[in-house]
Amino acid sequence: MEMVKLTIDGIQVEVPKGTTVLEAARSANIQIPTLCYLKGINEIGACRMCLVEVKGARNLQASCVYPVADGMEVRTNTKKVREARKVNLELILSNHDRKCLTCVRNENCELQALSKQLGVDDIRYDGERIDYAVDELSPSIVRDPNKCILCRRCVAACRNVQGIGAIGATERGFRTTIEPVFGKSLSEVNCVNCGQCIEACPVGALREKDDTERVWDAINNPDLHVIAQTAPAVRVALGEEFGMPIGTRVTGKMVAALRRLGFDRVFDTDFAADLTIMEEGTELLNRLKNNGKLPLITSCSPGWIKYCEHNYPEFLDNLSTCKSPHQMMGAVVKSYYAEKHSIDPAKIFVVSIMPCTAKKFEARRPELSSTGYPDVDAVLTTRELAKMIKQAGIDFVKLEDEEFDPTLGDSTGAGVIFGATGGVMEAALRTVYELVTGKSIENLEINAVRGLDGVKEVEVPLGDITIKAAVAHGTANARALLEKVKSGEKEYHFIEVMGCPGGCVTGGGQPIVPAQVQMEIDVGKVRAAAIYDEDRSLPIRKSHENPSVKKVYEEYLGEPNSQKAHELLHTHYTPRRKF
Amino acid sequence: MSASILQENKEKFEELQRTIDEYKDKEGPLMPIMHKAQDLFGYLPIEVQEYIAEALDIPVTDIYGVATFYSQFTLKPQGKYTIGVCMGTACYVKGAQAVLDELKKELNIEAGDTTEDYQFTLEATRCLGACGLAPVIMINDDVYGRLVPSDIKGIIDKYRDK
Repeated sequence: MEMVKLTIDGIQVEVPKGTTVLEAARSANIQIPTLCYLKGINEIGACRMCLVEVKGARNLQASCVYPVADGMEVRTNTKKVREARKVNLELILSNHDRKCLTCVRNENCELQALSKQLGVDDIRYDGERIDYAVDELSPSIVRDPNKCILCRRCVAACRNVQGIGAIGATERGFRTTIEPVFGKSLSEVNCVNCGQCIEACPVGALREKDDTERVWDAINNPDLHVIAQTAPAVRVALGEEFGMPIGTRVTGKMVAALRRLGFDRVFDTDFAADLTIMEEGTELLNRLKNNGKLPLITSCSPGWIKYCEHNYPEFLDNLSTCKSPHQMMGAVVKSYYAEKHSIDPAKIFVVSIMPCTAKKFEARRPELSSTGYPDVDAVLTTRELAKMIKQAGIDFVKLEDEEFDPTLGDSTGAGVIFGATGGVMEAALRTVYELVTGKSIENLEINAVRGLDGVKEVEVPLGDITIKAAVAHGTANARALLEKVKSGEKEYHFIEVMGCPGGCVTGGGQPIVPAQVQMEIDVGKVRAAAIYDEDRSLPIRKSHENPSVKKVYEEYLGEPNSQKAHELLHTHYTPRRKF
Repeated sequence: MSASILQENKEKFEELQRTIDEYKDKEGPLMPIMHKAQDLFGYLPIEVQEYIAEALDIPVTDIYGVATFYSQFTLKPQGKYTIGVCMGTACYVKGAQAVLDELKKELNIEAGDTTEDYQFTLEATRCLGACGLAPVIMINDDVYGRLVPSDIKGIIDKYRDK
C-alpha cells in the first residue's frame, strides 16, 4: 500500500494514499467536527463543519472529501477555521426548529453536540423559517422537515445503501426539502419502513412513530393481560441507551425491567424464532421433495417483505409463507396460551419489543390476525423501550438479572442468532441438517454465512442433495442477488434476506450511534459478536431441540406445517406499485 | 401507472421511449430525456416521471428532484399561452407589479397558475433582458413593452380564442 506523509497541526502523520484529511486527523487523535458526514454512506462535503486550512490552498477545505497528499500541511484549529465553522453552524441553526427540550433527540443530537463543541452561545441570525407539515401518516416513521438540516444522510442511506430512494431533495435553495415525490406521505410511496433513515439522521427530523403511550395505557388497564416479547437484537443494544458500551448483553436486566414496567408476562421472540425454523425448515424440505417453488426465501424481515412486494412481485411465491417470529408469537399467545390459561384473547395485549420500525407496519397488516384479533397489538423499538424504562425511574444498570417466563420464554442459541445477518440461515441449516441426515451436525457455527459481506454463499451436503444457500442483507444487496437468480446466473435452494444492512442488530429501531463514534466502531460487527456470544452461552443451540417448542407441537399444533400451524403461523403477500 | 394515460398518449410515450433509448447508455441521460418529455406533454405528470424512472432503473425521486429544481420543468399542465411578467429590477421600478396585478385581475388567477380553460398560464419571471422596454411581458415568443395596466385587456383579448 502506498503511504503518504503529511503534518496535521504540526503532528507527523503517515496514512495510505487516498485517505481523507478527516480520517488522517482521526488517526492522529485530532477530532474534526462533522455533521453531514457518515462514514462510508455520505461523504459529500456539504455542511462545511469539517473545514480545515491546507497550506497553499486558496480557500478552507472540507476535510471529509479532501484527499491527503505528500508533504501536505494541515491546520484544523486556526482562528479562521474556528470562525468559519461557527458561522456556518449558526446559519444552519438560524432556520432550525430549536425546540431541543421537547425533541426526541435531546441529548443524542449531533447538531446540539456541535453547538456546544463549537461554543455557540447566541444565534446571531434570526432567519426566515418555513413552517412545514409533519408527516405522521406512516405507522413506522415520522418525518419532520422543520428539524431537517439538509445533510442528505437519510437520502444516502435510503437511495444508495438500501437502493430504494423513497425520499430525495426537492425544490432548490431556501425551499429545498427532503421528502417523497409529489408531496406524498412516506406511507404512500415505496418506503419499506426499514428506518435506516432514522439511524442516519443526525437530528430529530426522522423518528419512529411513538407507541409508548398506547403501551402505558394497556399496562394501566386492569382488564388487559399485557404480554411483552423481545427480539434477539434488542438484548445486545438496549444497554447503550443507559450508557453501557456497544455490544453489552443485557438480557436479564431487560427482562427484569419489563416486569417492573408492569407487563404480566415476559416472553421471548426467540422461542418463536425456533418455531419459525421448524415451520420454515419443513417448508424447505417439502418444496425440495415436491418440486415446489425454489429458491425458498426467508420472510422474517418486514422491510424486506415490503421491498419484495414493491419490486419483485415475481418472487412472492418464493417467499416462505411463514409469518415473522413475533407475529407467530402473537398468534400462539392468543390461541394456545389463551386457551391453556383460560384467558379471553380479546383481553390479551401483545407488545413486541423490536430493533425494527418496519415491524410497526407489519403488525397492522390485516392478514396477520389469525385468531380474529391482531397477532400483535403494539410494537416498540429498542429506543422506545429505553424511554419507558427511563420514564418509570428504573435504574437499569443496577437491575439484577431475571429469566423469561416459562414455555413461550424458552429458547435456544439458534433463536438468538436470528438477530444478525446469516443467523436465520445458520439456525435453519443446524436443524435441517439433523432432521434430514439423522446425524448430529459436526460444526454448529457456520462461519460462511457470518460477517458483513453483502452476499454470502454456502453449500451444505444433505444426504442425496447439496443445499445451495445464499444470504443477503440490506435491500440493495438483496436486489443484486435476486437479479442474478432472475437471469439464471445463480441457482440456490434457499436464500435469507434481512432488509437492514448487518441484519436486525443494526435495524432501524436500534439505539442511534453518532457518526463520530461510527468512525471508530463497526457497530454491526460488535453487536453481532454479542449475539454469537449469547448463542454460545446457551445450553441448547438447535431449534428442534427446544423442549418447549416440542411441547407446543405436542399439546396444540400437531406437527410442523399441520393444518393448525398453517392457520396460525403462515401468511400470504400482496404485490404493490413500484413507486 | 394508470393504464389509461399510457393508452391515451400512446404515440407520445413511443416518442419518449425513442429518446430514452437514444440517451440511456450515455453519460447524463436525464436532462435530455426530461426536456423531451416536457416538450411532448407540456408538463411532467407523475406517470411520465415514473415511466422515465422505470426505463432508466433509477428512483423516481431522482427525476422529481430535478423536475422541481429547474424552473423550466413544470409539474402542472400549462396554458396554451404562457405569459411571463418580467420582475427584474428595471421592470419592477417601472411598474411591473401593477402590470402583474392587472393580469391577475383580467385572468382571475394568481401568478404560477393556469386558467381553467388552459388558455393562459401566468408567471412572474426574472429579468427577460429587454430592460430598455420596461416594463415588459412575454406571451409565448411575443414581447410587449412599455406597458401600463390599461394596455393589458387589449393584449389579452388578442389571444383569447386564438
